[in-house]
Amino acid sequence: MLNKSMFIKPRNALEGDGQSNAQPSIPEKLCRACPACKAALFSQDLQENLMVCPQCGHYFRMDVESRLRLLADEGSFAELYADLTTQDPIAFPNYEKKLAAARKATGRPDGVVCGTARIEGQETAIFVMDPQFMMGSMGTVVGEKITKTFEMAAERGLPVLGVTVSGGARMQEGIFSLMQMAKTSGAVLRHSQAGLLYIALLTDPTTGGVTASFAMEADIVLSEPRALIGFAGPRVIEQTIRAKLPEGFQRAEFLLEKGFVDAIVPRNEQKKTIAHLIRLHERRKEI
Amino acid sequence: MTAYERLCAARAKGRPTARAYIDHVFDSFFELHGDRLFGDDLAVRGGIAELDGKSITVVSIEKGEDTKEKIARNFGSPNPEGYRKALRLMKQAEKFHRPVFCLVDTAGAYCGLGAEERGQGSAIAQNLMGMMGLKTPIVSLLIGEGGSGGALALAVADEVWMMENAVYSVISPEGAASILYKDAGQVERAAEELRITAQDLLRFQVVERVIPEGEGFEAAYAQIRALLQQTMARLCAMDDETLTRVRYERFRKIGGLME
Ligand SMILES: [Zn+2]
Repeated sequence: MLNKSMFIKPRNALEGDGQSNAQPSIPEKLCRACPACKAALFSQDLQENLMVCPQCGHYFRMDVESRLRLLADEGSFAELYADLTTQDPIAFPNYEKKLAAARKATGRPDGVVCGTARIEGQETAIFVMDPQFMMGSMGTVVGEKITKTFEMAAERGLPVLGVTVSGGARMQEGIFSLMQMAKTSGAVLRHSQAGLLYIALLTDPTTGGVTASFAMEADIVLSEPRALIGFAGPRVIEQTIRAKLPEGFQRAEFLLEKGFVDAIVPRNEQKKTIAHLIRLHERRKEI
Repeated sequence: MTAYERLCAARAKGRPTARAYIDHVFDSFFELHGDRLFGDDLAVRGGIAELDGKSITVVSIEKGEDTKEKIARNFGSPNPEGYRKALRLMKQAEKFHRPVFCLVDTAGAYCGLGAEERGQGSAIAQNLMGMMGLKTPIVSLLIGEGGSGGALALAVADEVWMMENAVYSVISPEGAASILYKDAGQVERAAEELRITAQDLLRFQVVERVIPEGEGFEAAYAQIRALLQQTMARLCAMDDETLTRVRYERFRKIGGLME
C-alpha cells in the first residue's frame, strides 16, 4: 500500500490532499484479467506481487507511486520541480483538453516525477516517467524536469536513476518536443563529464525520442523482462517493410542479445541490483 | 505560401539535394566512407571540403538525384551505421580542429528491421551527446525535409539554419494526421498546426537563420558560402569550453520553463 510517510516534502502532487487522491492509478475494480494468460487476478494480489502476474509472470505497467515505493527507501523521496506546467508552445488545437484529461487521470501536471531519494541508504537523484500521462510522451515539461534533475545531480555529486516509459515525443508540442532530446542529452553529457553514474531502467514501452536520447545514454542500461524497446514502433516498422515482425522483436531479451542492454532485471531484484551498482561506483581511495 | 505548399516544395522532385550544395559552396570535396563498425551507409555522405583555403568537415544526408541513386541511398533515410559514420567524421574533425558543416535532408531515420537490430535509437542518442560535447564548431543547414530525431542527429549545432522552403518537424504531417486526427487525409491541416516551416522556427528561435530561395539556388549557394566563412571564423575564435557551454545553453533554453 502507498505509504504517505515516504514523501517528506509537503504539497507535492503524489501526496495529494486526501484519501481520494492517494492512489490515483489503482483500478477501482477488485479483479483484473491478465492480458497474457487471461487469468482473473485480484488487484490486491497483483499489487503485492509487484504488478507481475502470479500465474504466468506477465509484467503489468507500474504506476509512478508503486515504482518509487519499490525502489526508494521508505520516507526518503523528496519531489522536485513538481509544479512545472507546459506553456502549450505551438498553441496546438485541443491540446489543453487532452492535458486536462491526463492531469485528471494522474493527479499531476505532466508526465514525469523527479526528485531525490535514498536507495539502500545511498542518496540518488531519480526520475520516473508516467505511463498514464499521454503515453509517457516527452514534451517541454518532461524534457525540462529531466534536464534539471541531471543538472542538480551534477551540482550535488549524485548518481542518477531514470525509469523510462514512453511512446515517444509529445506531438502536440511540435518542434519543442524534438528539441528536448538535444537538451536532455546535453544535461546527461555534463553530468557524465563530472564523473557521475547514470543508470537507466527501461520499462515497457520505451520508444521514439526517449530511446533515441537519454534512455540509451546511460552508463548502465537495465531493462525489465519483455519490455518493448525501440526507436520506431512495431506498427511503423510493419508498415515500412510490409511484413509481420518476428516474435520477440524489440523486446528486452532481443536488445540484450544485440548488445544494447546491459542486464535484464526482474522487479523483485531491481532495488538491490541498483543499490549494488551505485555502491560499486562509490569513489574509493584504494586501488 | 502555406505550410503545406512549403512541405511540397521541400519534397519536390528536382529540388537540389545535398550534393549540389557541396559542389557549389566548396572549392573541393574528398569523400570518406564507412563507420568502421558495420558498413558504409550511402544515405549519409561525408568528407573533407575546402572553403577559401580552409579545411572543413562536411556531413550530409543525400537523398539521391535519379531513381537508381535514390534507391542506393535509401531515399535519404539513414540506418544506424550512417549516423555512426557521421559521428566518426565529426570526431575526426575535432581531432584536427576543423569545423563541421551538416546538410540535413531526410524524411526520417529508417524504420526497418536491421535499423532496430543495430540500434537506431542508440546511434541517434550517441550523436546527440557526441555533438553536444564536440570541441569544434558545428553549423547545420536544413535543406529540405527535417524529419524528427533522424534529422536532429545531424543538427545539434552552434547555429542551425534553414532554407526558405525547408521544413523541420517532430513527426511527419502524415503521421500526425493519422495519429492525432485519425484521418491520414488531413495532411494540410497537420502541416499547418505542427508549425514546421522555417519562418515558424525562426520565430520560435529554434533556428538562427533562414536562407532565401527567391533569387534562385545559385544565389543561395553564394550566400551560404559567405555566411559559413563569417560564422566559422567567429566560432573558431571561441575556446572549447565556451563553445560547448554556449552550444548547451542554446538548446537548454528551448522550451525552458519557470517554476
Ligand atoms: Zn498471466
